[in-house]
Amino acid sequence: MTFSPQIIEMIKTGIWETLYMTFASSALSYLIGIPLGIILVVSDKDGIYPFPVLQKVLGLAINLLRSVPFMILLIMVLPLTRMIVGTTLGSKAVVPPLVIAASPYIARMVESSFKEVDAGVIEAAKSMGASTFQIIWKVLLPEAKPSLLVGAAISVTTILGYSAMAGFVGGGGLGTIAINYGYYRYQTDMMLVTVAILVIIVQIIQEVGMKLAKISDKRIR
Amino acid sequence: MFGRPIIQLKGLGKEFKTANGPVLALKDINLDIEQGEIFGIIGISGAGKSTLVRCINLLELPTSGQVIFEGENLAALSVTRQRKARQSMGMIFQQFNLLAQRNVLRNVCFPLEIAGVPREAARERAMELLRLVGLDERAKAYPAQLSGGQKQRVAIARAIATNPKVLLCDEATSALDPNTTKSILELLKQINRNLGITVIVITHEMTVIEAICDRVAIIDQSQIAEVGKVSDIFSEPKSKIGRQLIMGDAVTNVKFDHSRKIRITFDGRSSTEPVIANMILASKVPLNIMYAATRDIGGTAVGQMIVQLPEDEIDANRAINYLKSAKVPFEEVSGDDV
Repeated sequence: MTFSPQIIEMIKTGIWETLYMTFASSALSYLIGIPLGIILVVSDKDGIYPFPVLQKVLGLAINLLRSVPFMILLIMVLPLTRMIVGTTLGSKAVVPPLVIAASPYIARMVESSFKEVDAGVIEAAKSMGASTFQIIWKVLLPEAKPSLLVGAAISVTTILGYSAMAGFVGGGGLGTIAINYGYYRYQTDMMLVTVAILVIIVQIIQEVGMKLAKISDKRIR
Repeated sequence: MFGRPIIQLKGLGKEFKTANGPVLALKDINLDIEQGEIFGIIGISGAGKSTLVRCINLLELPTSGQVIFEGENLAALSVTRQRKARQSMGMIFQQFNLLAQRNVLRNVCFPLEIAGVPREAARERAMELLRLVGLDERAKAYPAQLSGGQKQRVAIARAIATNPKVLLCDEATSALDPNTTKSILELLKQINRNLGITVIVITHEMTVIEAICDRVAIIDQSQIAEVGKVSDIFSEPKSKIGRQLIMGDAVTNVKFDHSRKIRITFDGRSSTEPVIANMILASKVPLNIMYAATRDIGGTAVGQMIVQLPEDEIDANRAINYLKSAKVPFEEVSGDDV
């Protein structure tokens, strides 16, 4: 199976668009997800700054967002997308719905990473007179770092998977190519190639994430 | 002997709300801890001793009564001043609670960072403390690379980094082997003597109290059963729990009424070898000495001794097995033979 230069060019653009969507959305989602995750843990009734009402409301909102299927969300937020990026087409237009879908997911991942931090260590920090902010900044975040990196590998690959769905609304990227050529035009070879590239990208992200987590973890050695 | 009280607990009570209703963890605790002493708090698990130590630095908020630290009622202070007060009280734990992602040096720097000490000054102070606990050469190691005893030394260095007036030790040696326990207790004593830090030791092991404490409070079922100088309580425990903790369960429950007796003959063993004491220590079984006639003849022990074994079959066999393994000649005697 050989591809014309135009096709190869198109696949290259697809890879770029996919990476752009994935990493731009991941970065923005983490910007929102990490603070939300921190609030979830800290405001828990057994947390370092109990605020159960806030915790319950936030948890509920996150669950609500997480239960909406991504395809539906993609269409539901179209007006918002237009408002933010000025268009509802192309890779840029997929970023806002991706961020809205991924942030609550990441908030939960971050929450579970923080919950792994030994309660005894937090107690020790409290016994030294650490403030809530100092505990978050100097204990929770650094102690949870390896677990956060593992979570990041999982989250980014999940976001990559979501971004491929954007093909159905003309979002661009490898997903669009797979759907337009492989699905609508029955060009199986095109579909296989794009899927293979997606598999490779997922592998790389996952491996790099796990490696980083391992290198940064001082518990095993 | 010691100065004024540094910590006073007045009518302290703590109630936990659980799904099965309220649980009383502490009830009307009144204690004065004097400046410069090593004060022990002992009790069996579930007695409330860990809750008590956490009430002292307000990790747990008491539901009644007062904690008075250097004349100030801690609960009445603002949150900021409570945090400041905590910096005057170091704490070490059974599980060490070191930061796993920070090396030894940065662990000791941690409380200094919290207290706002500049980076370089903090490092210097931390190195000085690591020298004090004998771990300056492991400054770059991570907690996972240290033994339990070393981790506790780092934890101690960390706990006294901010020059606290009080060091709270919550079962600090309970996860350590006997030899390491001894060296950690020595370090605590050294810190108490040399730096004048008041030490409060929470434990369930009488040996810890015996080794370093000046005074002790025995806590049982959420209340103080008795409190006093260690020497007084050891020689004459007044409470039932005190007797139990000091004598141990074994002694109080052992019966000798109709049990077996054995005759141990000393036929030339070194008179410096404490046969009976070794037997008791090794088998952990109390014995009743009924008759003894031994003499030291030119460095060897000659004579015989009749001891009564406990009624419990297993205990009696443990003692007999020790004699067999130590190759001490003995024979079983019936009641009339004696």
